[in-house]
Amino acid sequence: MSNNTSIRRHTITALVDNEPGVLARVVGLISGRGYNIESLNVGPTQDPTISRMTMQVPGDDRVLEQVTKQLNRQVDVISVTDLTRESFLNRECILVKIAATRKNRSEIIELADVFGGKVVSAQNDSMVIQLVGEQQHVADFMELVKPFRILDVSRSGVIAMGKE
Amino acid sequence: MRSGAKCTIDALKDAGVKTLFGLPGGTVLDLFDELARAPLEFFLVRHEQGATHMADGYARATGKPGCCIVTSGPGATNAVTGLATANMDGIPVVCIAGQVPSHMIGNDAFQEADTVGITRAVTKHNYLVKNADDLPRIIAEAFEIATTGRPGPVLVDIPKDVQRQMTSATFSGKPERRGYKPVYEGNSKQIAKLAAAINASRKPVILAGAGVIAASASAELTTLARKAKIPVTTTLLGLGGFPDTDPLALRMPGMHGSVAANRAISNCDLLISVGARFDDRVTGKVSEFAPNAMIAHIDIDPSAIAKSVRVDIPVIGHAKSILKELIPQIVTQARKEWLTQVHDWQKEAPFTYDAKEPRILAQYAIEQIYEVTKGDAIITTDVGQHQMWAAHFFKYTQPRSFISSGGLGTMGFGLPAAIGAKAGCRDRNVIAISGDGSIQMNFQELVVAVEHDLPIVVVIMNNGYLGMVRQWQEMFYKKEYSAVRLDQNLRARNEKIQNKPPGYLPDFVKMAEAHGAAGLRVTEKREVAPALRKALAMKRPVVIECITKPDDNVYPMVPPGASLSEMVQGLA
Repeated sequence: MSNNTSIRRHTITALVDNEPGVLARVVGLISGRGYNIESLNVGPTQDPTISRMTMQVPGDDRVLEQVTKQLNRQVDVISVTDLTRESFLNRECILVKIAATRKNRSEIIELADVFGGKVVSAQNDSMVIQLVGEQQHVADFMELVKPFRILDVSRSGVIAMGKE
Repeated sequence: MRSGAKCTIDALKDAGVKTLFGLPGGTVLDLFDELARAPLEFFLVRHEQGATHMADGYARATGKPGCCIVTSGPGATNAVTGLATANMDGIPVVCIAGQVPSHMIGNDAFQEADTVGITRAVTKHNYLVKNADDLPRIIAEAFEIATTGRPGPVLVDIPKDVQRQMTSATFSGKPERRGYKPVYEGNSKQIAKLAAAINASRKPVILAGAGVIAASASAELTTLARKAKIPVTTTLLGLGGFPDTDPLALRMPGMHGSVAANRAISNCDLLISVGARFDDRVTGKVSEFAPNAMIAHIDIDPSAIAKSVRVDIPVIGHAKSILKELIPQIVTQARKEWLTQVHDWQKEAPFTYDAKEPRILAQYAIEQIYEVTKGDAIITTDVGQHQMWAAHFFKYTQPRSFISSGGLGTMGFGLPAAIGAKAGCRDRNVIAISGDGSIQMNFQELVVAVEHDLPIVVVIMNNGYLGMVRQWQEMFYKKEYSAVRLDQNLRARNEKIQNKPPGYLPDFVKMAEAHGAAGLRVTEKREVAPALRKALAMKRPVVIECITKPDDNVYPMVPPGASLSEMVQGLA
């Protein structure tokens, strides 16, 4: 079955009833197949009784098509889209705590500036940078600050929306 | 103002529930207190698995939702197998479960289990009720969800304090869920495409599944098949959806399917699935399934489309309405060449067994059940060899006359399902065909049939083995018979059971009698039909134990992982 299919990262977004148990149901359907959810974001929409879930799951196209159908079948899931098939916007917000000395502080600030990031906190030996951007943009930034010693990272998880 | 418990029982009445199966316990005392005064017939089961299977059997036999009630913790966990059984086969069941008081949830309280967590994966939907005001709506929703779309089990978990909470809430009308909109009407363009494919096809086959029965579409299916002269193969759960006695009937496909059905699938140019989900036991090796055919799939469940096989013409919707729209677009055909080919296959290898065998074969006994009842009975089965033989050697002509756990393959299903079926269809003969392995998994429920004077007949095919497992060990594990013999003699080495004089445990005749039913044992072929006649005439629950040949196999068989064209046939 998995012979002719490709493995890639799928960005799946679902509108669900804002009720207890929905998250467990959705996550259970995915984890029950041995797939790991790399990133997950949940929040209410303009209608407070409806939440949007955005998930990133690396996996086989066919299996994820089946997962999408199974999600759609759930009573408390209103709609599901695998955005991977269309053009869509993705954004992620991160907070990175970086070890900073007097010497390299300006270098880090410069780097953050280039990426449109913002210093949101500065201590004697560290600083926290906030960055919002496309997933790739965020990944590039993370790669560049690695040499400075990253002390901590907190990520929002990817949020996404179809362009149509 | 009413209590949550009263609300629940009233809502069950409003949903049309007349029959309820269950077992009380600490967290459902309030519900049972109300039940005592409710105009419902209650069946007190002896194990909660029995309650879910009875509700399931009732639903399969009547087409109405089955309903059961269990307590928290072990009551709910015991119900899980029955819920999973109903979920796999798409059977409408509503299960009411008690839960510890809200403030104790999550505290490891006595008889607490995370019931909604545990049952999430084995129900179509479930609820934890947090406020009695929601109860009337939730119960109405539970029945709506259980019975519409692809039907399935719904569990409603009600904490004890919610049952005692007073509320003035009511609910009327049709429940609406924005995330739940099953599609009934098929897309007309897709239907026209399917009609064109059928009209152009030279060698079509219909694969009819449980969806035909769920949608009450047997009449339409039969009309279509006869008008367009399309041979029909019926899956295990589709049996009765198309009459086995019709010349177009290919009988069951798949692992233990007929030669005609499997050859027709392997050689057809168009395969039309009506409410069958292409289970792996039906398809064999998927890449070689119907290799030359265009595949059309009618199903109410969009997630069933292309789940295991490629589909060229999907039609999502209710089988009955789709077939109704399809039939007028179909050209009447004779299809002589294809039908001649199919009839040759049918004649060449019908389901058969060694008629000269002096011992009782289960196949023979099942054929006798067919003869004695003249085919007019509801047959329930357990799981294993007898189940396959019950599909082969009884001819089903009416929907809802064959009741079996197909998807989950639950041993212990047959007897409680027969009780549920009989509770819903008192004027029908109900016969549970079982094996000596399966029957022991829920034998205790026989008492319920006795108490309620439900004259079911249980026929145990006793071969002293877990027969289907033994068959696999013989065919695929070099005859290493590990942990498969139920007779006390010749047990596997590691079981360390000393050879004892031939004694057979348990004694099913005595067991039947101890449970208040009649017990008959037959050891000779000539005794089978008289015993069946006698049992049916007794008008009380009867257990017939047939001592059968220990080591017979179910044929034909497509070995696991092989394609349908690689059938092993027993008798050349």
